[in-house]
Amino acid sequence: MTQTTFGFITAVLAAAVEAGTPILYAALGEILTERAGILNLSVEGTMLVGAVSGFLATVATGNLAAGILGAAIAGGIIAAIHAFLSVTLKVNQVVSGLSLSMFATGVSGYLGKPIIGVAAPVSFKSIPIPGLSKIPVLGPMFFNHNLLVYGSYVLVAFLWYFVYKTRPGLHMRSVGESPRTADSLGINVSFVQYTYTIIGGALSGIAGAYLSLAYAPSWIEQMTAGRGWIAIALVIFAVWNPLRAMIGAYLFGGIEALGFRIQVVGATISPIVLKMMPYIFTIAVLIITTARSASYKNEAPQALGVPYERE
Amino acid sequence: MPQEDGNIVEMHGITKRFPGVLANENVTFCVRSGEIHALLGENGAGKSTLMNILSGLYKPDEGEIFVKGKRIQIGSPRHAIEAGIGMVHQHFRLVENFSVAENITLGMSTPRFLLDMAAIEDEVLALSKEYGLQLDPKAQIWQLSVGEQQRVEIVKMLYRRADVLILDEPTAVLTPQETRELFATLERMKETGRSIIFITHKLEEVMQVADRVTVLRAGRVAATADKTDVTSRQLASLMVGKEYSPTLPGKTALETAPVLTLSDVTAYGDRGTVALDGVSLEVKAGEILGIAGVAGNGQRELTEVITGLRKTTSGTISLLGQDITNRTPLEVINSGVSFVPEDRYGTGMAPNLSLVDNVILKSYRTRIMCKGPFINYDAARRQTQGLVEQFQVKCAGIYSRARLLSGGNAQKLLLGREISSDPKLLIAAYPTRGLDIGAAEAIRSILINQRNQGIAILLISEDLEELMRLSDRIAIMYEGKIMGTLDRDEWDIERIGLLMAGVRDVQHEEALT
Repeated sequence: MTQTTFGFITAVLAAAVEAGTPILYAALGEILTERAGILNLSVEGTMLVGAVSGFLATVATGNLAAGILGAAIAGGIIAAIHAFLSVTLKVNQVVSGLSLSMFATGVSGYLGKPIIGVAAPVSFKSIPIPGLSKIPVLGPMFFNHNLLVYGSYVLVAFLWYFVYKTRPGLHMRSVGESPRTADSLGINVSFVQYTYTIIGGALSGIAGAYLSLAYAPSWIEQMTAGRGWIAIALVIFAVWNPLRAMIGAYLFGGIEALGFRIQVVGATISPIVLKMMPYIFTIAVLIITTARSASYKNEAPQALGVPYERE
Repeated sequence: MPQEDGNIVEMHGITKRFPGVLANENVTFCVRSGEIHALLGENGAGKSTLMNILSGLYKPDEGEIFVKGKRIQIGSPRHAIEAGIGMVHQHFRLVENFSVAENITLGMSTPRFLLDMAAIEDEVLALSKEYGLQLDPKAQIWQLSVGEQQRVEIVKMLYRRADVLILDEPTAVLTPQETRELFATLERMKETGRSIIFITHKLEEVMQVADRVTVLRAGRVAATADKTDVTSRQLASLMVGKEYSPTLPGKTALETAPVLTLSDVTAYGDRGTVALDGVSLEVKAGEILGIAGVAGNGQRELTEVITGLRKTTSGTISLLGQDITNRTPLEVINSGVSFVPEDRYGTGMAPNLSLVDNVILKSYRTRIMCKGPFINYDAARRQTQGLVEQFQVKCAGIYSRARLLSGGNAQKLLLGREISSDPKLLIAAYPTRGLDIGAAEAIRSILINQRNQGIAILLISEDLEELMRLSDRIAIMYEGKIMGTLDRDEWDIERIGLLMAGVRDVQHEEALT
């Protein structure tokens, strides 16, 4: 292998993690929401609201932490609307999620009008981890990134543990599997569903802020470019498992990154085709995952999207 | 105010209304410590409603509840559990994709955060051994038989230290042997001072296991008595409200050729596991072949492969010599198969459509129901009116929605529709499940009439008594296999029960005991 191809692969892998992280945050949020039995399709719009809110908060305060907090709160508010509609009013969750996504997209455009073209006063910069970042391939891939990327590692590990090894995690899963059972054992179904829907929305908000404060520090309308939808597809690919979501997110990120780099290297594939890659890949992945149905069917929360009513 | 020492639960003047229904009216119900108290009544008498109030799922409109002498408000299942009341519902409250131990610890408040599953599994194992309820704490619920799932439910309540255990129709899903084991467990729990409320509509069970009995009829208490003071005949008339004598049309003997033949049929279930394993059977014209077995042993899949709703992986199915293996449902219907599915409102009918639309769901393609490309609604109305009169379906008019029919009337209409197409073979899955005695008898006599007219009937039921009354032969299913087929003079409840539990060699088993 020549030095240049080696360098190329390393660069693509590093870019895969960087591009996969926003999808990962959003997918982790959606995993929690769906594990509690609520299907929230508003991720795309919620990410946009998160992106614009995070950017606005950072411009106002000059503080990145304030930006992340603002994004999380804004995402949580959008998700709270979805929770109210689907848990309390028991409307069709697909309809609610889709219309909220459109609504939130509109809101983000409105809020973002004054800041189009404004440069972010601060943004998340790469902080190489001493020692680890020097490991060939793995170093640049995992240990030369910004704080939000490192945060996602911790979050994946924590959520995996939370989902499978803790009581609140067990209770959350039981609500998504069989709310009737959970209810009969004194678990407050509505409370659980509200909680994880809102947390899921907050994570989508953070995913959006990653785009506007780290990935491409600025506000551009529709800057999520379908990543919210990819995140929803990724949840199915990951069979609702945070660890598999991480792998999947980097796979999607890699394809996005590859598209860029191939153009830079000067390959003769149409850039339009390259830009289509992540979306075509999403469709392919969904078909393959759902076709080898056994594990997908058994892992899917059995009560996903079904409003719970006591007989 | 509590009336009597020794009562662990007292419910006074309980009234519960649902829109259009008075489910419980001024019900007073007391349970003593350390007794098995049967709550007897027909379907719809208000037994489950009363117990759902005690277990915190419903709030009563009127009345007071005392537990251990203290008046309490049971606003949610959590309150009931804290007061020591646990309920095993008829449809189990278990998470299928969780392990036994996970289901048992579900909803508890300790440990608060980290789950040490190994420790919980040990506790569950110890508890299950103490009460002789064999369980594998690591097994997933969906892998367990219905009887085992019931054990999980009981251990779940013991784990919560419930003093009062409510069991809603617990024997409906068990083999006779499993029922005996359950009764032995209940006795053991009684000895430890626990009280058991046993909801049932079966008189023999009351006489067998209960200390006292309360009879509910139409939402009101008809009587409370010690078992030793009443006869089952008295209980029956208290329950039904009038002298009750079952009559079924007589059977005429017929000896004929097979209508349906399955040879070596194998098929997968929804989970990808083998649901039918080399099933061979035959139904002759003019006979009722009963299928006995605990639900979930392949009965549903059996009906589905015959009706074309599920693909077989091997074997052949033929109807009157014609191969119908893996044909589409329409081809199967056209070859003369009628089907009364177990899920009446889901598979059998479109609940939001009118009675008329439901009646022509299958026949709308036929010449008489058509006027060119349109439906001949005159003919449809006439046929519906005819069925409603013939089978005495009580309804608010033939254009009302099917969902408004009671279970019995829905079943009569469904059965009527299926018969009116002059089938060669009628498949009836659990046709009387959930119906009151009157409606169930009506359904049974329709089935016998059809048999006497020469139709081959495949009857699936959990009610062994029903099967033994109606069937000419009984085939027993266990884990997707036919364990044996018994004629009228060969069967008894013991033998069927053992086969239902998967014990193939009956003689051998008898020699051992």
